[in-house]
Amino acid sequence: MKKEHVLDSTLVSQYIRGEEQALETLITRHKQKIYSFIYSKVYDKDVAEDIFQDAFIKVIRTLRRGKYNEEGKFLPWVMRISHNLVIDYFRKSNRMPKFDNTGEFSIFSVLSDTSLNAEKQIIKDQVQTDVRRLVDELPEDQKEVLLLRIYNDMSFKEISERTGVSINTALGRMRYALINLRKVIDKNQIVLTTD
Amino acid sequence: MAKIYSNTQELNPKQETINFILNYSKALSLVTYNEMEFETILN
Repeated sequence: MKKEHVLDSTLVSQYIRGEEQALETLITRHKQKIYSFIYSKVYDKDVAEDIFQDAFIKVIRTLRRGKYNEEGKFLPWVMRISHNLVIDYFRKSNRMPKFDNTGEFSIFSVLSDTSLNAEKQIIKDQVQTDVRRLVDELPEDQKEVLLLRIYNDMSFKEISERTGVSINTALGRMRYALINLRKVIDKNQIVLTTD
Repeated sequence: MAKIYSNTQELNPKQETINFILNYSKALSLVTYNEMEFETILN
């Protein structure tokens, strides 16, 4: 009980003189106020612990360097340091937003699994088979150009070299191939989408 | 408002954190040489 009556300024002086016990008394005396203040701003116990620790590291370094001169105003001074560290923390966290799954917001509401489910995969395979069968119905010259362009991913220049026709002819055959495919699809009302 | 504040539970940092601060204080050594300050942490 006796140490409760020792003034903060006395404890600070004692600490500067090298009495480590004085620091412990100061921390014990003010820890609840300082920690609650930090917690009321950051609402995260771990972050509050970190800031509390950093604040006292600053306090220790300043006192040891003999740069503290606010006699009798120890608590407001530590509060000011804590306040500045809280501001620093928010500046840093604004630059680097953190996502966690502890709150109401879930990262999985933003990210989704883009791979197809079993049903969609079957439909996609079916559509691809249908398209392939339609392509097989095209006249031979159009089919050749379309297969080389779409399935072999060749340029029209390469196609013209391969098939021995001009680039314009290859382009024309591709155009007619697509027109014919559309005609067949429209005529038979074939659905070629997965959705 | 006063009521809200008075109902808040007492928050305290972990003993671990306080021990860290006290140990840091004991380990910190300041050396002054020609108006230059050097900080050393003695394990």
